[in-house]
Amino acid sequence: MTATPEKAAAVETVSLTIDGTEVTVPKGTLIIRAAEEVGIDIPRFCDHPALKPAGACRQCLVDVAAPDREGNVRPFPKPQASCTMTVMEGMVVNTQHTSEAADKAQKGVMELLLINHPLDCPICDKGGECPLQNQAMSNGRTESRFIDVKRVFEKPLALSSEILLDRERCVLCQRCTRFSKEIAGDAFIDLQNRGAMQQIGTFNEDVLNFDGYEPIGVAAEDESGKAFSSYYSGNTVQICPVGALTSAAYRFRSRPFDLVSSPSISEHDSSGSAIRVDHRRGKILRRLADQDMVVNEDWITDKDRFAFAWQNLADRITRPLVRGEDGELHEASWPQALAAAAAGLKAATTGEDAQGAAVLPGARVTLEDAYAYSKFARLALGTHDIDARTRIASDEEQAFLGATVAGSGLGVTFADLEKAPAVLLAGFEAEDEGGVVFLRLRKSLGRQQVFTIAPFLSRGAEKLDATLIPTAPGGEGKALAAVKGSTAASEALKAEGAVIVVGERLAGSPGALTQALALAKRTGAKLVWIPRRAGERAALEAGALPGLLPGGRSVTSASAVQTVADAWGGTLPTGPGRDAAAIVADAAAGKVGALVVGGVTPSDVTGPFAEALERTPFVLSLEVRRGEVAEYADVVLPVAPPSEKAGTFVNWEGRLRGFATAIPTDAMGDHRVLDLLARELGTDLQTGSVADVYAQIAALGSAAKGERPEVPKVETAKVDAKPGASLVLASWHQLVDEGALQEGEPYLAGTGRTAVARIAPATAVAAGIADGVVTVASAHGAIELPVVVTDGMADGVVWVPTKSPGSWVAQELGVEPGALVTVKGGVA
Amino acid sequence: MTESDDVWKVNRERDGQAKPFESNLPQAGPVGKIFAPVAGFGVTMRNFFKPTVTEQYPEKKVAPMPRYHGRHQLNRYADGLEKCIGCELCAWACPADAIYVEADSNTPDEQYSPGERYGRVYQINYLRCIFCGLCIEACPTRALTMTNEYELAGPTREGLIYEKQDLLAPMGEAMLAAPHPMVPGTVDDDYYRGDVLKVVEEQTEWVRENRPEDPTLPENRGMHEENPEHRRSEHSDARLNVARHQTANTASWRGGSI
Ligand code: SF4
Ligand code: SF4
Ligand code: SF4
Ligand code: FES
Repeated sequence: MTATPEKAAAVETVSLTIDGTEVTVPKGTLIIRAAEEVGIDIPRFCDHPALKPAGACRQCLVDVAAPDREGNVRPFPKPQASCTMTVMEGMVVNTQHTSEAADKAQKGVMELLLINHPLDCPICDKGGECPLQNQAMSNGRTESRFIDVKRVFEKPLALSSEILLDRERCVLCQRCTRFSKEIAGDAFIDLQNRGAMQQIGTFNEDVLNFDGYEPIGVAAEDESGKAFSSYYSGNTVQICPVGALTSAAYRFRSRPFDLVSSPSISEHDSSGSAIRVDHRRGKILRRLADQDMVVNEDWITDKDRFAFAWQNLADRITRPLVRGEDGELHEASWPQALAAAAAGLKAATTGEDAQGAAVLPGARVTLEDAYAYSKFARLALGTHDIDARTRIASDEEQAFLGATVAGSGLGVTFADLEKAPAVLLAGFEAEDEGGVVFLRLRKSLGRQQVFTIAPFLSRGAEKLDATLIPTAPGGEGKALAAVKGSTAASEALKAEGAVIVVGERLAGSPGALTQALALAKRTGAKLVWIPRRAGERAALEAGALPGLLPGGRSVTSASAVQTVADAWGGTLPTGPGRDAAAIVADAAAGKVGALVVGGVTPSDVTGPFAEALERTPFVLSLEVRRGEVAEYADVVLPVAPPSEKAGTFVNWEGRLRGFATAIPTDAMGDHRVLDLLARELGTDLQTGSVADVYAQIAALGSAAKGERPEVPKVETAKVDAKPGASLVLASWHQLVDEGALQEGEPYLAGTGRTAVARIAPATAVAAGIADGVVTVASAHGAIELPVVVTDGMADGVVWVPTKSPGSWVAQELGVEPGALVTVKGGVA
Repeated sequence: MTESDDVWKVNRERDGQAKPFESNLPQAGPVGKIFAPVAGFGVTMRNFFKPTVTEQYPEKKVAPMPRYHGRHQLNRYADGLEKCIGCELCAWACPADAIYVEADSNTPDEQYSPGERYGRVYQINYLRCIFCGLCIEACPTRALTMTNEYELAGPTREGLIYEKQDLLAPMGEAMLAAPHPMVPGTVDDDYYRGDVLKVVEEQTEWVRENRPEDPTLPENRGMHEENPEHRRSEHSDARLNVARHQTANTASWRGGSI
């Protein structure tokens, strides 16, 4: 199940002696790593296993002797940096534990590092978990001999709204700059100046203090002109070995000994990154990356790290709400609220002219929750009208997912992505929609060919050195079909291990998924679907889709229905049900008796969702916060946010990412609430505990042969993208935007990219737009954004971010990507 | 014969040799023996006319030794800014886990202490404190010291968790209540070195502009009976009563140490 075993190639090894202990390690190992193998700790600052050696801090000096040509072991004249020197057969290394010279050298380096260090530990956030503090105690002098005035800098320097730099604390280890360059590819900070004034800084001439010099290299600025901020900048705070880099959100908030650390899984994207949640007195103070070498390695996105305030905002609900006679929501007891909810649902599902109920669980669900929603809809409400995809979706997509993804277990993995010699991205922006997927791809920069089928080369794709196949939304199917013969992409994908990544946005492009399957077959490349949100894969596995039952079983397969009905001990309705778009449309037309809504934010839904909620006689909302749905809901049942429940996210690999309760409260997960509600309706779902759900899912397994939906065969559509009055709308979510789970975190929001509208040069010329603010309008509404003419972009397309400040596409334009819109305004 | 039997034998032999008990107290004569039953009254009578040594607490309070470990106090600089920077070192040092601190950032509008950081929440739980004084040793800014106040009893548990405003030192004569800006031209180090000796006009101006009603402004001084800075938080009436009592009785000997 796990990554394919490495070919057991005979690894060349080297034997050496460290502090008198014989150790054998693979050739090319650094001395510092070899020492770790035998439990010998060498102090270090700049060394980080995930970054290239730098030898910047000199704290790791050790005494080394190595055999010369004659084989006589001769000592090096001076202590050597153990983090940059690789091992050699017969080497004799003496660390500070056995060599006085090494010990003296380390103490000397420490003394030098501390000369300009402010020693302001009492106000420093790192105090208590600081490698400098610890190593100054273990490997430093007990008394300072420095009596002169220390160098001071103005502090803190705001690198972005979130990341603050106190330069005087910096030990110039360059972990941060190396991370930015090597891992994230956002060189937004660098080492500047020299000598005592050497410092880390942004590309700012005031800081650089040289007049008239242009910033060198990719001192990337975004469209707003502000220094470019990275989606991964929070990692620098975590790896900074001193308190020089701090985050505005956590600055001065607590001490490590205050905090209870609970391992968890991020709820923000489908990668299922391992995180550590640090909380005090029931309140989350910060989140850190947890190391998980098979998934997120050492890194997480800033959204994973900083966006956690949403669950404890003022509108958090902890008690059920029931709409009273007066039309207002009132707090109620659980038994009252459950009774009210059951009564409402019963009225909608039983009786002569019952219109039936539909379920929109949202795609932030855990596997347990998704399963409970799925079972609840089928058994308690007797309907297949359940769809977690309150986003762009299609029947083709459902067939594709059911046929190839659901219940397929671990498919393409992060490791496969890293190893792939070629990757084709279609309808998927690795940086904006994939988070750490981007970092994995970037790890193979230079070893991997990346092609992207997109309207323009996004910054993320640019950092992957990707080749753009400019495509208007809707044209992805044709573009995929065109990857054949001797095209570069086709040739590259034929290499063993190549991967085609399709994103959830391909659902909006008829025939694209059909073509993706064909392309995979044609080239032998592996195909993987990477959705954006954390619950997409779980919803699919659990059958929270109108045409799918758990394990990829089709609702139209009699044997599949029988299997599930037997396992559940009930009868299933006849299917298939309506998808989310149809449910919303029908509800808006007053044709749905009751709606059960989970974590769905109305402003994210294209279509008349507000009318749907308004016109549906009974709306039940299961929410963490008193959100927009509550305004229309008749009963609101509070559910636990991820930190207050246990559960399992299923990441895009199909890997189960279980997490335990970080903060125990009496909040219940959706699956438990639904279990209680179903009992009230006279059905026993047995989804009260995570273990129960697990057992059921395990017993169900995945679809037998012939029980899956047919592989889709849909004709590709023709898109009419050409410069003119109407342009094809392209859009995707930026990683940092105004999503509901990023609320309450202004510092993070400040690092988001400025919302702009992008058009191709020829399109701009045809429209007479060169600059200024343009109005992108649909029949429903309009968005005003500054325009950026983007080279290499597909013609006849306008791109806007999906939910960035001032650009809420679903709410304002009310159309999905691929629709025609007009662009007006701007200056020539 | 075991060893222990042996020991017993030796002991018995020694007992046999022991002399009969003789008291070494002076023995009363025949007259003394007659009065013996009432001799105790003599002791009473004698002490009746000696000066008393019992401390008349609580009617009369006596100051303990100057370095007595009493209730804590959060000190201020001469200009009224708080010394506490919210570093939590006191909480860390405390063996009884009696201290709870939450820090926050000073802002230009709300500068409570010199520098960037101040203690927003500061609690000492006197049900836990063992008065060891490790916390005051840990404090890097001398913000936390101990007074000689020892009346730390109360009818409620919450009442014995002292909040920041309960622990803050009373405003000195020439101090200006925080928040207000630092003395212009100074940095936090100047405060730590003890170079800030008084409130300057700019600070008074600032407070005048932002809190004209502030009782620590020169023009408002003496308008209030009680110093509002040293009022116990009003969680419970019982606690408030204790506080009044303390304020009334302890004014003359507060701040004995440091
Ligand atoms: S800011 Fe931190 S990580 Fe960056 S060079 Fe300085 S000490 Fe190293
Ligand atoms: S005196 Fe001792 S027990 Fe009391 S708060 Fe200070 S450190 Fe804790
Ligand atoms: S009282 Fe002293 S040790 Fe405690 S938080 Fe304040 S400054 Fe730090
Ligand atoms: S850890 Fe070796 S030089 Fe920094």
